Amino acid sequence: MSPKSESPSTLAKSVDATILAVRQETPNVKTLTFDLSLDPKAGQYLMAWIRGLDEIPMGFSGPREITVHEVGQATKALANFEPGRSLGLRGPLGNSFILRGDNILLIGGGVGIAPLTFLGEAAKAQDIDVTSLIGFRSSADVLFKQRLEKLGDLAITTDDGSMGIHGFASAGLKELNLGEYSQIYLCGPEPMMWDILSRSKEHSGKIQVSINRYFKCAVGVCGSCCLDHEGIRVCVEGPVIMADRLLNSEFGKYRRGPSGSRGSCRG
Amino acid sequence: MSSLAGEVGGLILENPVMLAAGILGTTGASLRRAAMAGAGAVVTKSVGSIPRDGHPGPTVVPLDIGLINAMGLPNPSYREFQEEIDIGKTGGIPVVASIFGADPDEFASIASGLTADAFELNLSCPHAEKYGAELGRYPEAVQSVTKAVKARVRVPVWVKLTPNTADIVELGLAAQDGGADAVVAINTLKAMAIDIESGYPILGNRFGGLSGPAIKPVAVRCVYDLSSALDIPVIGAGGVSCFVDAIEMIMAGASGVQIGTALQRGYGVFGEIIEGLSAYLERRSMRLSDLRGLAMRRT
Ligand SMILES: Cc1cc2nc3c(=O)[nH]c(=O)nc-3n(C[C@H](O)[C@H](O)[C@H](O)COP(=O)(O)OP(=O)(O)OC[C@H]3O[C@@H](n4cnc5c(N)ncnc54)[C@H](O)[C@@H]3O)c2cc1C
Ligand SMILES: Cc1cc2nc3c(=O)[nH]c(=O)nc-3n(C[C@H](O)[C@H](O)[C@H](O)COP(=O)(O)O)c2cc1C
Ligand code: FES
Repeated sequence: MSPKSESPSTLAKSVDATILAVRQETPNVKTLTFDLSLDPKAGQYLMAWIRGLDEIPMGFSGPREITVHEVGQATKALANFEPGRSLGLRGPLGNSFILRGDNILLIGGGVGIAPLTFLGEAAKAQDIDVTSLIGFRSSADVLFKQRLEKLGDLAITTDDGSMGIHGFASAGLKELNLGEYSQIYLCGPEPMMWDILSRSKEHSGKIQVSINRYFKCAVGVCGSCCLDHEGIRVCVEGPVIMADRLLNSEFGKYRRGPSGSRGSCRG
Repeated sequence: MSSLAGEVGGLILENPVMLAAGILGTTGASLRRAAMAGAGAVVTKSVGSIPRDGHPGPTVVPLDIGLINAMGLPNPSYREFQEEIDIGKTGGIPVVASIFGADPDEFASIASGLTADAFELNLSCPHAEKYGAELGRYPEAVQSVTKAVKARVRVPVWVKLTPNTADIVELGLAAQDGGADAVVAINTLKAMAIDIESGYPILGNRFGGLSGPAIKPVAVRCVYDLSSALDIPVIGAGGVSCFVDAIEMIMAGASGVQIGTALQRGYGVFGEIIEGLSAYLERRSMRLSDLRGLAMRRT
């Protein structure tokens, strides 16, 4: 194949992995640890093949683990895997977060905290200062509090005020001076990310955003994940995209479903 | 005007290198991006009359020799698709709408509901029940679908053929009899892959179609046979991933070539192939028409 490739190597074949441990993080989020490492960088993802059912994209929450939020058939099946059970993994795929500077800020919500925690731990190992701002619906949903506390300052927001600052993650922005950070990393539900981005446009040149689109092939040919208006193939050119490229895109406005038709970016 | 410009299947193109159907063709923006990268024309994802989510995953199996896919014709329906075609058109090159249906009437009504520079009839997808090759392997069906669409549209109509048949020339002749302006060959070859850890067929649909370098020799043979037998132009597809492959297709008789699986490497493949083609012609002081069908004249 040509060395002049615009895409990172995506010729990852499915490998068989066995689940070593399953950890319940919140009532509907579990972390699955594998018996092998695909040697991922934080921000990359894999395609998890639940045999006989479906193959879905999952970010890494550590070198050999994924953290699954049960939202539908495939994620429920995955969350019900017991230790000892095997599945097919294709990865690591996509680009990754890139560490820049020595004082970073992680902003996330929901299961989007997973890749950010992996990134924060990698950063800490390189003596980079890590601050985190994480938002959840309620105290019961708070994810990776302990892992993030170990890294540095941590601010939590909850929609219902049951823990930390009352309000959306953006409510926590007031406590921070974004200008201080060498780089900002963002991952979470799209409305939350859009809310943050639209309040911090002047920093968009240093915000790396991990986004979610409907992935099918994950090798950059089928067109399912393409992002308007540039036609970015999120599965191979993403999932991490600089915020300034997102500001005039479909991001925050709409997203396509499995048929390719446009729908809401909520949910 | 570059040395690569000319007519292909009723369209005037800057160059004969096109984006194949179903490859980065779901959105207008990705079609436009192929245009910006240098494609001479783009073919859309195949669209039908009702929205389809496609098959469950895995939808592809990456191999060293190509790709097996069973996307299952996901599409938002032609009613929602005109907007994407119109955005694609802003790339400044012809947009060919690939369409599929279960019978001549369905094809014809989709074609008359869309505005595009040409239509490509998908009579060849090997993994969708009731559609594609399930119709396209019968010469009578190929002829009647082609005829029905030709009767309803004024733009060129291309017919995409399946190699999963004993005699692809018979299908090509049927398309020609139906009034096709060109045939496109080939769609993917029926294929499957099995996971030896579990025994499960890997694709969610169990079966799929093979594309990429593995099928190029098959495609070259099909293009050669079709070009020898038909009066209408043949557009070559199947495993073209560099300018050498494109030249081989053209020497086999192709008027144009389509690029699919090679897009895995990114949109840059268009530039590479087009530059390679131009440089080859320049080096040899040849025109594209000198290459076309050269293999048939070398006996
Ligand atoms: C790069 C990337 C990384 C991700 N990382 C994680 C993660 O670490 N943890 C986690 O819990 N979830 C993650 N997701 C989301 C996860 O892939 C979907 O929640 C999952 O596919 C839903 O499948 P389902 O059958 O359970 O739900 P469904 O009932 O099929 O759908 C529920 C929701 O998930 C979306 N969805 C379904 N299939 C896909 C698909 N193939 N690609 C993208 N979205 C889909 C649907 O549009 C819908 O909004 C990630 C998605 C992407 C694109
Ligand atoms: C992921 C994928 C999706 C495809 N979708 C379609 C489609 O919707 N309609 C169609 O006529 N052909 C479709 N094809 C077939 C291609 O257009 C092409 O004929 C075939 O892949 C051979 O060319 P290649 O080896 O360059 O990929 C698809 C192929 C792939 C790999
Ligand atoms: S998921 Fe197929 S191109 Fe990205």
